[in-house]
Amino acid sequence: MAARAVAIIAALAVAGLILGPVAAVLARAGDMPVPGPADWQALRFTLTQAILSAGASVALAVPTARALARRRFPGRGLLITLLGAPFILPTIVAVLGLLAVFGNKGLLNLALGGLGVPPMSIYGLHGVVLAHVFFNLPLATRMILQGWLAIPSERLRLAASLGLSPVQVFRALELPMLQRITPQAFVVIFVICLSSFAVALTLGGGPRSTTLELAIYQSLRFDFDIARAAMLALVQLAIALTAGSVALWLGRAPGFGVGLDRDLPRWEDGALTRVLLDTLWIVAATLFLLTPLAMVVWNGIGAVLTLPAQVWQAALHSLGVALASTLLCMIWATALANRMGEWLALAGIALSPLVLGIGLFLLVRPFANPFDLALVVTALINALVSLPFAVRILRPESEAIRTDHIRLAQALGLSPGVWVTRVFLPRLRRPLGFAAGLTAALSMGDLGVIALFADPDHATLPLQIYRLMGAYRMDQAAGAAVLLLGLSLGLFWLFDRGGRADAAT
Amino acid sequence: MKALTFAAGLFTASTALAQTPVLTVYAPDYFTSDWGPGPAIEAAFEAQCGCDLQFKPGDLLPRLLLEGNRTEADVVIGLNTDVTKKARDSGLFAPHGQDTGALTLPIDWTDDVFLPFDWSYVSFVYDTTRLDTPPTSFEALAAAPDDLKVIIQDPRSSISGLALVLWVKAVYGDRSEEIWAGVAPHILTVTKGWSEAYGLFTDGEAPMVLSFTTSPAYHIAAEGDDTKKAAIFDEGHYAFFELVAKVAGTDQPELADAFMAFVLSDTFQKIIPETNWSYPSALPKADWPQVFQDLPAPAKAIFLDEDQSAALRDEAIEEWRRALSQ
Repeated sequence: MAARAVAIIAALAVAGLILGPVAAVLARAGDMPVPGPADWQALRFTLTQAILSAGASVALAVPTARALARRRFPGRGLLITLLGAPFILPTIVAVLGLLAVFGNKGLLNLALGGLGVPPMSIYGLHGVVLAHVFFNLPLATRMILQGWLAIPSERLRLAASLGLSPVQVFRALELPMLQRITPQAFVVIFVICLSSFAVALTLGGGPRSTTLELAIYQSLRFDFDIARAAMLALVQLAIALTAGSVALWLGRAPGFGVGLDRDLPRWEDGALTRVLLDTLWIVAATLFLLTPLAMVVWNGIGAVLTLPAQVWQAALHSLGVALASTLLCMIWATALANRMGEWLALAGIALSPLVLGIGLFLLVRPFANPFDLALVVTALINALVSLPFAVRILRPESEAIRTDHIRLAQALGLSPGVWVTRVFLPRLRRPLGFAAGLTAALSMGDLGVIALFADPDHATLPLQIYRLMGAYRMDQAAGAAVLLLGLSLGLFWLFDRGGRADAAT
Repeated sequence: MKALTFAAGLFTASTALAQTPVLTVYAPDYFTSDWGPGPAIEAAFEAQCGCDLQFKPGDLLPRLLLEGNRTEADVVIGLNTDVTKKARDSGLFAPHGQDTGALTLPIDWTDDVFLPFDWSYVSFVYDTTRLDTPPTSFEALAAAPDDLKVIIQDPRSSISGLALVLWVKAVYGDRSEEIWAGVAPHILTVTKGWSEAYGLFTDGEAPMVLSFTTSPAYHIAAEGDDTKKAAIFDEGHYAFFELVAKVAGTDQPELADAFMAFVLSDTFQKIIPETNWSYPSALPKADWPQVFQDLPAPAKAIFLDEDQSAALRDEAIEEWRRALSQ
């Protein structure tokens, strides 16, 4: 009963944080215009790139996650942590790293030139998809990897003792898991890509790659046309929530049911071709994801120690914001780790951050000075936008624990407190650590709604990076980016490790 | 006891603060940052005003329009000529009351509300180690070999990008779309804002980028690097002004007036070049830092006032979009 009340409060908080700002913006907007031809064109491109990006990310994540689930090798844990890095970088930094590899003067074209092959241009729809896969493949891989790890080991042993062939194991155990997990992974990435703007424009090479978010930005920052921005934001929100509903329906199959709750060694599949294939996938994914990051580090590492004091201070502010966001997000996500919660949490990234910012500003303004609330609002927004990832990560295990242990709890008459602290949380530890790490790292890197809620005295690290770039200090900006990358990964590693301290995974 | 002394100290400090009048100035983020002109300007003005100047960073006009008459801003610095029409129509600003005769701009400035505090010319900046003969006009850029690539900013999300399409429109009029079609193959990519484009340029992704004629001054003065130069176009360059204005509803009118006068003072003007990397608006060339005096400058300034730019803007952006979407 208590759990239900907490879930309802958490759900209302999310709904309020989305609907409140939307209502404030609509009240201010007046009559909304109908979309023009340029808007339809932007909508078409937005949908095309989002579907291709999410599809490619998930398609590539399945074999990568499978390889990582099947193989044990030294440094595997560290590799899994590092592979998450692209997702948590500020976009501008990640784009510079990506172009250092795939750009006109990047490593790839350098190598092609050495072989006498004409240079390859990254700019175009393929570049947009490549960049989005770079950002989201790690997320998809980790989500699907969680799915593999959640298959009860008893099932795998049973399959082995029955002498099932790999194809039969796949059909009996792995395919049903993928059918439940991949639609949700797809839709989370699809929604992230819906609001892509700077990345889509830069990698797309020009106005052919205009997304809805660019039109919203133009309406709000340039034309001050709130009605048009609100109309476009509602279109974006409707698409995202529709996609969320379809994904929930597709992934509705039940889980594996009760296991014995023991960590057993996973299956060993030693056939040479499969070992080689898995190795190939792991090496390819590692090269693809880590080379651009290595370039970011290479370009900036020299400047880290010369960074001015203001950058270090900003790093502290960002750490504070990240920890606050993480705590809030974990409470929120644990309460919302169910079907409805997953759908609702999606709204946090489905609403244009610009519109969310304006709406919050309109709501807060009559009661308090937005400048004073900058860091609080930033922490809150960071928690909100991390929520869909956190809920996605927590839900499978959370539901499994409920199914597996609820009869025991009822039989023993456990109080809600004992249930949560003795049964629920200890078993949720691994996904909770991962989700907390992801939230902390995302909050370090996110600029949030800083445009309207900028604290004059407490800049965050991403903001300082933009400021250094705006003042021509590209070298120091590169150094600050390495600091941000280091801190984000450090936080991610701490939480993620903490979550699997006693597990082999 | 210690706690009591501390509390008493805190109390005295806060009453002292309460007695110091506060001048609230909204400014763009780059302006107030530790690497912009803000800190030096704050220190210099506070030394003479007996007040506390507080910069509030962020979006200027969107924020002001949302706040309307309830804004706490006394002065707004960092507006540009693309938004003055909307800003003027809002009725939120009061006349600056300064003598515009003191300005040293390449054009006549008679606006009695918006006062320029710095300026520059929009231009392409190139890397001399990668480009021997830079183009001298948009037509020359269109005719250049295919491997001459340039990175520009989107006129829909960036003020320098908007200045670029207005520049082309002002020079070529009805031929603008044809010019853009010719230039299009040379555009490597389009970015959301200036920082992304300039970052890509310094990383070597393209030999040329859309920026300002004063950008090379940073590389020369701060880095001792003279390989970044502005490509000077014979047809003239679009002049870009940044403006300061007094908020009509200010509760500190005297302080706001004092600040407007301070903007035209030598103290303020001498801070601008090497913190904002642009020309000061009211300082004779002989008083500029040497590096700014030595910069190559165009022979002709092109400028569309707010009514002209408002009339041409949508058309200019649409022509650009069509030509680059081919």
